[in-house]
Amino acid sequence: MNLFQDALAWLTDPERSSGPNPLVDRIGEHLWYTVLALVVSALIAIPLGYLIGHTGRGRQLAVLGSGAARALPSLGLLTIFTLLVGVGNAQVAAIAVFVILGVPSILAGAYAGVEAVDRTVVDAARAMGMTETQILFRVEAPLGLPLLLGGLRSAALQIIATAVLAAYVGLGGLGIYIQRGISLRTYDEMLGGAILIVLLALAVDAVFAIGEWVARRAIGSGPTRSRPHPDRTEPLTTDQQSTLEEIR
Amino acid sequence: MNWVGANRDLIVELTLTHARLSLLPILIGFVVAVPLGAFAWRFRWARGLTLTVVGLLYTIPSLALFVLLPPIIGISFLSELNVTIALSIYAVALMTRSATEALESVDPDVRGAASAMGYSGWGRFWAVDLPLAGPVLLAGLRVVSVSTVSLVTVGVLVGSRNLGYLFLNGLQRGIVAEIATGIVMTVLIAVVFDLLLATAGRLVMPWTRGAGAGAGRTRRAARRVALTEGPT
Repeated sequence: MNLFQDALAWLTDPERSSGPNPLVDRIGEHLWYTVLALVVSALIAIPLGYLIGHTGRGRQLAVLGSGAARALPSLGLLTIFTLLVGVGNAQVAAIAVFVILGVPSILAGAYAGVEAVDRTVVDAARAMGMTETQILFRVEAPLGLPLLLGGLRSAALQIIATAVLAAYVGLGGLGIYIQRGISLRTYDEMLGGAILIVLLALAVDAVFAIGEWVARRAIGSGPTRSRPHPDRTEPLTTDQQSTLEEIR
Repeated sequence: MNWVGANRDLIVELTLTHARLSLLPILIGFVVAVPLGAFAWRFRWARGLTLTVVGLLYTIPSLALFVLLPPIIGISFLSELNVTIALSIYAVALMTRSATEALESVDPDVRGAASAMGYSGWGRFWAVDLPLAGPVLLAGLRVVSVSTVSLVTVGVLVGSRNLGYLFLNGLQRGIVAEIATGIVMTVLIAVVFDLLLATAGRLVMPWTRGAGAGAGRTRRAARRVALTEGPT
């Protein structure tokens, strides 16, 4: 456990704010990459996810996309993109990789959120005379918000984790301490950096968790991720019936 | 493509090592997480705690975990065990959540019917709950498998020898083909594992081919697990 004491000493050393690698700058960089990539991913993925969820078309795209993104090794993408655009443009390469890895989670969240809305609710809205656009923005989008936030949450965590690797293509971020620590065998720096990264990830996760909780409360008993109406058997909707026919 | 031809032995060696390194965490994930998930599903009080703990574990970025783990469990930073244990933790964390969802996807009416036919708790678990949760369990295991294969590559940064070596080496030497080969082989392993799991699933659960009455519910749960559980 001595190593951890060293790491804490390293973290609290005044050198961390005045030295060549100030913590605040690195945390700022890390967060900046994360926010930028998250916004770009959301702009691409939310409209697409809503479209898929509302029309029920292109569902395979959502499933395949999230599967493929999981198989792609982030370090491999980061290194190959950096080589392709040149080390001088590593930032562009890194953001592109973060977006590629962030899109599928958000797409899945947006799509699953819309799909999880009870079809009878949607039919009721339609019967009341709502247009398809109104149904999407006034019924499906608000009710699906918790799942969308869940998607944004995993995308944010994925980006934070990948941004740790960005130090290896010459970008800053918090990964720089791990990278330096491993190559220079300065264990206090390496552990201190790792602790900071974990704290940052947990903090971002907590922010999204609170967001999800607030959204759930706001919509009352909306679609929840893990509790599909324990004591009610749901009749098959036409949508599900057509899925059944597909697989037969 | 010259690079591939000249380095065929290295590629084969790294691919085999990579596949071997991926196997144990996936296996451990399944064996540990199913009882854990069943426990969380069965006892309400344990549920929140278990799911919160695995959720937090899963939040830790992989490279940070590779660095934090050795001093905690007292092994060398360069030990192969380090990567195996870290990836097993992720696999368990991911699979526990899927296992809980899988058991919850079982139609309560079917369970009620089984109880009425005289199944007791333990017998019903093996004969009714677990088989019916099978498709969703499989969906979760496939997610675990794919993300483990891809996460192994990060291990190269703490000295584990796997396909990730091609990324670092390719970057240093400026060989795009080398990195591309690493990516292609990683994806290939993931695809092969996935096909094996899907085939095994069909063999073990022949009933999933024809859709029964509860299929809509299970299918939706399986799709939700396949879509929304993701790696970090």
